Amino acid sequence: MTSTPSFYHQSAPPGLTGIKAWLLTHDHKRLGLMYLGAVLFWFTIAMVLGLLLRTELMSQGRTIMGPGLYNSFFTLHGVIMVFLFAIPAIPAIFGNFFLPIQLGTDDVFFPRLNLFSWYLFMIGGLLAIVSLFVGDGFPDTGWTFYVPFSIQNSKNVGLTVTAAFILGMSSMLTGLNFVTTFHRMRDKRMGLMQIPLFTWSLYSTAWVQILATPVIGITFILVVLERLLSIGLFDPDKGGDPLLYQHLFWMYSHPAVYIMILPGMGVISEIIPVFSRKSIFGYKAIVWSSMAIAIAGSLVWAHHMYTSGMSDVSVFVFSLLTFLVAVPSAVKVFSWIATMYKGSIEMTPPFLLALMFIYLFSVGGLTGLVLGAAGTDIHVHDTHFVVAHFHFVMFGGTGFAFFAALHYWWPKMFGVMYTFRAAYWGAVLAAIGFMFHYVPMLILGLQGMPRRYYDYLPQYETGNFLAGFGAYIMVFGIIIMFVNLLMSFRKGVPAPADPWGGTTLEWKVPSPPPVHNFIDKPQIMDFPYDFKGVGEQSQKNGR
Amino acid sequence: MDNQDKPHVLSYSQLAGVLIILLALTGVTVGVSYVHMGFLNVPIALAIACLKVSFVLLFFMHLKYEGPVIVLSLIGTVSFLMIMIGFTFWDVAFR
Repeated sequence: MTSTPSFYHQSAPPGLTGIKAWLLTHDHKRLGLMYLGAVLFWFTIAMVLGLLLRTELMSQGRTIMGPGLYNSFFTLHGVIMVFLFAIPAIPAIFGNFFLPIQLGTDDVFFPRLNLFSWYLFMIGGLLAIVSLFVGDGFPDTGWTFYVPFSIQNSKNVGLTVTAAFILGMSSMLTGLNFVTTFHRMRDKRMGLMQIPLFTWSLYSTAWVQILATPVIGITFILVVLERLLSIGLFDPDKGGDPLLYQHLFWMYSHPAVYIMILPGMGVISEIIPVFSRKSIFGYKAIVWSSMAIAIAGSLVWAHHMYTSGMSDVSVFVFSLLTFLVAVPSAVKVFSWIATMYKGSIEMTPPFLLALMFIYLFSVGGLTGLVLGAAGTDIHVHDTHFVVAHFHFVMFGGTGFAFFAALHYWWPKMFGVMYTFRAAYWGAVLAAIGFMFHYVPMLILGLQGMPRRYYDYLPQYETGNFLAGFGAYIMVFGIIIMFVNLLMSFRKGVPAPADPWGGTTLEWKVPSPPPVHNFIDKPQIMDFPYDFKGVGEQSQKNGR
Repeated sequence: MDNQDKPHVLSYSQLAGVLIILLALTGVTVGVSYVHMGFLNVPIALAIACLKVSFVLLFFMHLKYEGPVIVLSLIGTVSFLMIMIGFTFWDVAFR
């Protein structure tokens, strides 16, 4: 098995060498790694921007930047984190790498389209950078680009929404590829209820990507047209409706949070049973809850608009629908906990990060109920409470799931093991910093501190200082995690094919996998999380 | 794997037949626009347009010969679009 050259040593299509083997590749694994490089670059930039924002807020008045720059920085932080990190991170990196393997096939259905998606991603990112340095600079509208401000101000809104449009195209094509691969390329012996949960989560996410992304694409085109031609679509003076923009924007951007979180949930559904040495509890319930979240999550967009002047009937209906989404989300959380119950727990860095995900995501979900209820939302709307809730879900959820996935699949992707001790330190510091960072924001929000404000009243200074202090601890922890992973290349401890005792197909192939993934015809199990015999195999491996 | 459907090719005469139906329905749309039926003007125009779309989907886009996955995908997509438009209009109606 180990004598077969890995995908690093064989190009697809064959005959390409050097940089061409990467830039012209059709191999889903290479593309996954190319996304990894790009996404980590953007994540680092957005993280530094976030740290600068929190540093500015650590004390009252001007600290390190003026109000104009502050507005542009929080817009840039939001645009990068949403469109260039949280949306593509897990599907584009781990989805590209592992979806075909988990389905028992050698690539995605449209390999060239997959490469094209990566180029669109890079072009979109490049345009976002260009918009920083041309015209009147980067927009200060926030990542929501709300009208009328976004169609009236002189900043580079047009170029930035064009960048977001191109990034949306990339995301949509990746979703299209995943849905097609799921149906057309899956091993013929693999039934729907034999598919790993990570792949199921990617499938449900892909549908949201396909159906919701065109809405934002069209909306951004309308914003550009409105700026250039003053058509009056969103301008009340010309018979337009500014709330129509909010409807259109959130039709995509709320489902987008499920594009971000569903693959993360899929990662956790993989990690929990492996390190509990126990079959996943409620496999079918988790599958259906993924689809239910994708469907119900697409019908709740206007809960962002309770205070915007929308009709009371709509407020009532969207509030009710919002509460419905909590049901499938809770099904997942309870299933993960029930899986661990009476399991044979083996603590590892990915498992610890998965536990952190469950806790942080649960806090994010529960604080979401405060916002989903129209009455309480009026009190905390547009405050730091919303910022904290969003980051509990998106960073405590998607971010920590991303870290967990990175630690879980790192040995498979690169064929090297990392040091556990440093990984634990990094994860613990990141989690402690996270709590210091966002819990004060929840309190600040309840006390009435608005979001997106450059300065604040004296009573908010302690909370803001603590949040800034937490941000530094969190970033320190994340740096330790990343440096530790990078150090694994230097140490070069080889990873076995199945270092964790996993049961899904990616653990049946060498680390790193060969170019066509499988050396022999993959053996499809009746149930993907059957741990019978895994203990004996682990003992043989000396673990 | 769900790839159960077989390849199919429509003859030129079948395609021409569908084209003639579409052109005829276009004529009906134009003709109906000269008849004033009050509230029914828009629903009738939309009904004819939906009929034309159905012909395009069924024959030009081969939906008639596809398996359940493709058909369900289309139904899901159209339903999703209807809900999005419907909920937005609903808000305006009750505002």
